[in-house]
Amino acid sequence: MSATDSPAGMPAPDNAGRRGPMAEVFFSLLRSGTFLTGLGIVLFWIACALFGEHFVPYDPLADDIINALAPPSAEHWFGTDQIGRDVFSRVIVGSRDILTVAPLATLLATVAGTALGLFTGYFRGIVDDIISRILEAFMAIPVVIVALLAIVALGTSKTTVIVVIGLSFAPIIARTVRSAVLAERELDYVAAAQLRHESAFHTMFVEILPNVIPPILVETTVRLGYAIFAVATLSFMGFGIQPPSPDWGLSISSNYGMIGGGFWWTVLFDALAIASLVIGVNLAADGVHGAFND
Amino acid sequence: MVFLGGQVLPGNVGRAILGPFADQRAVDTLNHTLGVDRPLLTQYASWIWNFLQGDMGTSYIFRSPVAPFVIDALGNSMKLAAVAFVLVVPIGILGGVIAALNLNRPLDRIISLGGLSVTVLPEFVTGIILILIFGVWLRWLPISAAWPRDAGFFTQLYYLILPSLPLFLVLFGYIARMARSGMIEALDSDYTRTAVLKGLPWRTVIWRHVLRNALLPTITVIATQTGYLIGGLVVIETLFRYQGIGSLIFTAARGKDFPILEAGILTIGIVYAVATLAADFLYSVLNPRIRLGTDQ
Repeated sequence: MSATDSPAGMPAPDNAGRRGPMAEVFFSLLRSGTFLTGLGIVLFWIACALFGEHFVPYDPLADDIINALAPPSAEHWFGTDQIGRDVFSRVIVGSRDILTVAPLATLLATVAGTALGLFTGYFRGIVDDIISRILEAFMAIPVVIVALLAIVALGTSKTTVIVVIGLSFAPIIARTVRSAVLAERELDYVAAAQLRHESAFHTMFVEILPNVIPPILVETTVRLGYAIFAVATLSFMGFGIQPPSPDWGLSISSNYGMIGGGFWWTVLFDALAIASLVIGVNLAADGVHGAFND
Repeated sequence: MVFLGGQVLPGNVGRAILGPFADQRAVDTLNHTLGVDRPLLTQYASWIWNFLQGDMGTSYIFRSPVAPFVIDALGNSMKLAAVAFVLVVPIGILGGVIAALNLNRPLDRIISLGGLSVTVLPEFVTGIILILIFGVWLRWLPISAAWPRDAGFFTQLYYLILPSLPLFLVLFGYIARMARSGMIEALDSDYTRTAVLKGLPWRTVIWRHVLRNALLPTITVIATQTGYLIGGLVVIETLFRYQGIGSLIFTAARGKDFPILEAGILTIGIVYAVATLAADFLYSVLNPRIRLGTDQ
C-alpha cells in the first residue's frame, strides 16, 4: 500500500518551496500509463482484501465434501478445491494476508534501511566500513535460505515472516540510501547545519532525510514487489502464511500435488492472482522510478 | 589466483556460518543430546574441521553420514542449473541485442516488458503455469523431474526441460536487460561513431566493435547470478520433486535435521564463493582493456 499512496500523501515539507517538484512528480505519475495500470491492479486487490468477504458468493473457508474438485461452472466460477471450498471466493479473499504481510515487511525494511543508510553515509569511516561489510555478508545469502533458517529457529508466524523479509531487504535499501547520503553530505546546507552545531541526529534526519526521499520512495516500491514475491514463495514452501488462510501461495502448495489428475482450476487462478499482483506492483514501481528520473 | 582463492573462500565460508549459528541455538533449545551441549565455538571448530576432512556429520533422521546425500544432491542440482544456463545465456543475450538494435520500436518494447514481467514473477508461479500448459494440457513434458532409474542422458534432459524453464524465465529478463543496456551504451559511444564514420559495413561495426564491448560486462554479471539461482533451486526442486541440494535443505529444515541443513548450506556457501571467484577470473580474462593494451 505504501507504494501507491505515498507520493500523494507525502507530508508537505516545512518550506513551501519544495512542494513544486513533488507536485510535478505527482502529475507526471498521473500521466504515466504504466503507473496507472499498475496502480489499478493493486487497488483492485486492495479492494478485494478489504471488502472481498462481503460480496464473494461462498464462505472461503466452508468445506463441502460432496462437491469437492468440481470443475468451473455457473455455480462455482473457478470450481472447488479438494475439500469443496469455492476457489473464486478463496482467490478474492486470499489477497488479504499477502497484502498485510508484504507491505509491513517493506515498511520495516525501509525504516531500518533508511536509518542504517543515513548512519553509514553520514559518519563514513570505520563505522561505515564495519556496518557495510556486515550488510554485504547478509546480502550474499539468498533470502529464501535466510528465511528458512530463521523460521526453523523461531517458528512460523506472520510476525516472523515480516521480520525476516524486512531485515533481509533492509541492507539493500541501506545501500541505496547510503550512496544518496554520501552525495548530499558534501552540499553546503549540511555544512551550514554542522556550523550551527546541530546534533548529528538533527542533521541526518531533519536536514538530509527530506532530500533523499526520492530514491527511498523508488527503492521502497521496487522492494514491495520483491516482498510480495518472497511472501508468496515462503507461503508456497510452507514457511509463510499458515492454514486455514485462503492465501494464494498456500493454496497452490496444498493443491498442486493433484494437477497431474487434471484439476487445473485448483491452482491456475491463484497463480494468475499472484502474477497479476506482482506485475501490478512492478508496473507502478516502474512508473514511480520514471517520474522521479525525468 | 591461488592467493586470491585463499582470501575469498574463508570470507564466504564465514558468511555461510551465519546460518549454522542460528541453528545451533535452536538445537540447544531443543535439547538434542548429540554433543551439542558443548560450547558453541568448540562445536563449530570441530564441525568445520570435520567438514574440511570430508566428514559432514551424521543425519538425525536417516542415521547415516550426511556426505553422500549432499554430494548426490549437489550433482543433481548442477545438472538442472546447467540446463537452465545453457538455454538462457545465448537466448537472453540475443534478446537483449535484438531489443537494443530496435531501440524504442515495438520489438524492443515487447522484449523489455515481457522480460520485466517474467523476471518479477515467483518461480513457483511460472512453474505452475508451465506445468499446466506443457504437462497437463498438452502432455508434452513430464510434470515431475524424477526420471526413471538408469535413464540415459537424453531422457534426463527431457525430464529437466520443464523444471529449468521457470529459472530460464527469471534469468532471461535479467540477462536481456543487462545485454540491452550494454548494447545501448556501446552503440552510443565514440568508438562506434568513429567506426561508422570511417565507412565500415554496419555488420562489421556491430560484430567487431559493439558486441565485444557490450557483452563482456553481461557475461560476468551472469556468473554472479549463482546466489539468486540457489534460492530459485530450493523452490523449483520442491515444486518438481527433484532430489537436489535445494530440496535437501528444504526437507532438512522441515524435519529439523540440522547436520544435513548445515552441511547443505555450507556447501552452497562454497559453491557461491567459487562462482564469485570464477566471475572475477572471467572478468580479468575477458576485460578488453587488457587485450587492447597489448594489441596496440
